[in-house]
Amino acid sequence: MNQIKRLCCCAFPVLAAFAIPALAQNVSTSVDAKLAILEASSKAAQSAGDNAFMLICAALVLMMTGPGLALFYGGLVRPKNVLSTMMHSFILMAVVTVLWAVYGYSLAFGQGNPFIGGFQYLFLNGVGVAPNTDYAATIPQQTFMIYQLMFAIITPALISGAFAERMKFSAMLLFTVLWTTVVYFPMAHMVWGKGGLLNAFLGGSIPCFDFAGGTVVHITSGVSALVCALYLGKRLGFPKEPMKPHNLVMSVIGACLLWVGWFGFNAGSALAASGLATSAFVATHFGAAAATLGWSLAEWWRMGKPSILGAISGCVAGLVAITPASGFVRPFPAMLIGFAAGVFCFFMVTAVKSKFGYDDTLDAFGVHGAGGTLGALLTGVFATNAINEGLKDSSGKLLPLGLVDGNPAQLGNQLVGVLISWVLAIVGTLIILKIVDMLIGVRASREDEIDGLDLSMHGEEAYNLEA
Amino acid sequence: MKKIEAIIQPHKLDQVKEALKAIGVDGMTISEVRGHGRQKGHKEVYRGMEYDVDLLPKVKLELVIPENRLDEITRTLVAAARTGKIGDGKIFVYDVADAIRIRNDDTGEAAL
Repeated sequence: MNQIKRLCCCAFPVLAAFAIPALAQNVSTSVDAKLAILEASSKAAQSAGDNAFMLICAALVLMMTGPGLALFYGGLVRPKNVLSTMMHSFILMAVVTVLWAVYGYSLAFGQGNPFIGGFQYLFLNGVGVAPNTDYAATIPQQTFMIYQLMFAIITPALISGAFAERMKFSAMLLFTVLWTTVVYFPMAHMVWGKGGLLNAFLGGSIPCFDFAGGTVVHITSGVSALVCALYLGKRLGFPKEPMKPHNLVMSVIGACLLWVGWFGFNAGSALAASGLATSAFVATHFGAAAATLGWSLAEWWRMGKPSILGAISGCVAGLVAITPASGFVRPFPAMLIGFAAGVFCFFMVTAVKSKFGYDDTLDAFGVHGAGGTLGALLTGVFATNAINEGLKDSSGKLLPLGLVDGNPAQLGNQLVGVLISWVLAIVGTLIILKIVDMLIGVRASREDEIDGLDLSMHGEEAYNLEA
Repeated sequence: MKKIEAIIQPHKLDQVKEALKAIGVDGMTISEVRGHGRQKGHKEVYRGMEYDVDLLPKVKLELVIPENRLDEITRTLVAAARTGKIGDGKIFVYDVADAIRIRNDDTGEAAL
C-alpha cells in the first residue's frame, strides 16, 4: 500500500513536468485570471457579509437613542416633563447628524494631530463607497462613517439625564452643539482616530484600550452630566417634594431596547462580522446580566426590596462598564466586570449622591460616569490577547494586553485615558456652560419649571386623556 | 332622602356594586380619589430616594336613596366593603333637600 502511495507521489510530478511546458502559455494566464476572479469574489463576499452586519449594527445603535434612551429617561421624569425629556434624545438624532456631515466626521476621523482630526473629510468630501483601509478595510467608508455617527448622537443624549426637567431648550441645543464639537470629536479622535494620542492600534503614544467607548462615550457624558447638575443647581423642590418616576413601564421598555441595541454598539465596534464581534457580543450580554443581579442583590440587601428600577439601572450600568472591555475580555471576566459595576453604581446613586446632595436628575453620572470609569480601569486588568489579536510585535508575536496577560503597565495607560477624559469633560463642559449662560441663560425660569417644560418649552402636553 | 357617601378600598368596588344591585339599588356615582384616615401610608424607594406616600388610592361611592331604605343599604354596604383591616374606609350620610330628574322634571323620591 505504502509503495503504491510513494509511486503515485513520484509519478504525478513527473507527469506534470512533461505536461505543463506544453500547456504553459495558455494555462498560466487562465489560472492567474481565475485566481484573480476567485480572490475578487471572495473579497466581495466578505465585504458583503461585513457590510450587512455593520449597517444593521448602525441601525441598532440609533435605536438605543430613539426609542431606547428616550423611553428610559422619559419614564423617569414627572408627567409634565416627559415630552421635553424625550425631545432631548430625539432632536439630537437630527442635530448631531448635521454636525457630523459638515465637520464632525472629519474632526474625529480625519488625519490630524494626536488631539483632533483634520479637515480632509469636511462635508463628507471623499467619503464614499471605497473602504478607508486605516479603519475598516472590508466595508465602505460611508458605512464606517454612519456607524460612528450613531455614537456621536447617543453621547450628548446621555448627558440630558442630568439637566432634565430644568434646562431651557434653546440652551440645551447650543450646549450640545458646542459640547459635541469641543469634547466629543476630540475625544473620539484621541481614542479611535488614526494617530490619536490614546489609540492603541493606530499609532497613539499612550495605548489605551477602549473597544466601544468607555472613555469616549460614557466617561465624557457621565462626568459632563455631573458638571451640568452642579452648575444648574437642584430642581425646584428637590429633594423635599416627591419626584417619583411617572411611568416605569416606559423605562423598562427603554432599558430592554438599550440592552438589545448595545449588541450593535459593542459587537459592531469590531467593524466586521468577525470572531472578535462574537467575543464582544458575548461579553456584553454576560456583563449586562451580571450587573442586573449585582444591583438587584445590593438593593435587596440595603433597601429590603429588589425594584425593577434597580434591575434596569443595574443592567445599564453593566452595559456601560463592559463597553470598553468588550472585545478584550473573556466571558467570565465580563461577568465579573458587570457584577462589580452593578454593585458600585448602586452605591454611587444611593449613598454617594445623597451624601453630596447634587441633583443628577436621572443619574447620568452615577451610572455612566462611575460605570464607565470602573469599566475602563478593569479593562486594563482583564484585557487578553486570547480574545483580541490586534497588537503584535515586529516578528508577529502577540503582545500581552492587560494585567492577566502579565502587562501591569496597561493599568497606568488606562488610568491616563480615564484622567484625560475626566479633565476634558470637566473643563470643556464648564466653559461651554458659562458661554451658553452668558449668551442665552441655561436654566428655565421658575414659572416655566413649575408649569413643566412640555408646556413652557414645546407648547404641548403628553397625556391628553380628557380631550 | 339621604345621600350616602362611602369611601372604600378600590379592590372592594366590585363586591359592593354586586351587593347593592342584589338589593335593588340601581344608581350610583363612583370616582377614584386619594386620601387617608387613620391608615398610615407606605414608603416607596426610587434609586435610594425615599418617598412617604400617605395619600392612598380609594374609591368614593355616592348614592341618594329613599330614607326608609337607609339602614338596609348601609348594612349591605358595610358588609360588602369590610376586610377588617385599617384602611377599609368610612361612610357618611347626609340629608338631601331635593332631587330633580333633568329629563322630565320629576322631583323628590320620584326622581331617584
